[in-house]
Amino acid sequence: MRDRTLWTWHIGAGLVILVLLGLHMTIMHLSGTLGFLGVQDGEPTEWANVAARAGSLFFTVTYVLLLGAALYHGFYGLRNILMELNPGRRLRTIINVGVSVVGLALFVFGTWAALAAPGAATMVGG
Amino acid sequence: MQTRGHPNRLGIRGWVGGGRWGFERYLYTLHRLTGLALLAYFTMHIFVTSARALGPESWKSAMDVVSGPLFAMGEYLVFAAFVFHAINGVRLGAIELGFAVGRPIEPIYPYATSVGRQRRLARAVLMIAFVVALWGGLDFFVWK
Repeated sequence: MRDRTLWTWHIGAGLVILVLLGLHMTIMHLSGTLGFLGVQDGEPTEWANVAARAGSLFFTVTYVLLLGAALYHGFYGLRNILMELNPGRRLRTIINVGVSVVGLALFVFGTWAALAAPGAATMVGG
Repeated sequence: MQTRGHPNRLGIRGWVGGGRWGFERYLYTLHRLTGLALLAYFTMHIFVTSARALGPESWKSAMDVVSGPLFAMGEYLVFAAFVFHAINGVRLGAIELGFAVGRPIEPIYPYATSVGRQRRLARAVLMIAFVVALWGGLDFFVWK
């Protein structure tokens, strides 16, 4: 695929990340602000809250979308940094295949976790 | 990646300086460093948070491993890195699409560059990132 197309996807993925990771960071790490606004109550990493998010279709879909966008953006960025160091032809192939395989494997693993989580969410926890 | 006869001789050394680098060049370096740090954290984060798929006990064990003041500080650094990377990324995207660089003009002496216009945006980016990171810091460590 042409670099221009891949670069356009890279920017598009960045915009997706900006929105979804911004949302994720706000929910997970700005609980004081959200609590002040009356939007959220309790620690977001408590099992009850984790299970509630895992059972939500909105959170599952946006999680997988964020996972894909972030992995593509991150590994394509890493590939570009490595390519700038002028690797040889053989090493370029290894880099291209390596970032694709690792990125895809992480996407499959992360998606499995997101899809399996609603089942685990029904388990009772402290 | 083809370099068209201009090989990248400085390599990674070029990130920290290679002559008369401007302010934006160091934002570029910081953008790369925060990007690499976020990618490393994200990879680890996928494995840690996948514990939720195995039930509450597994989740609790995973959270116990990544708790404590050291991890809280690490999480804050990730938050601050994201804030900078995101806001600076919007700046880079805007400049790439031709925003905030001014209209093209004829190259008549004394030559004008778009650096002056870009610099204002770069300063604004740093200021916004600082304010959001500061807000996050208060939420992480004071309001919690």
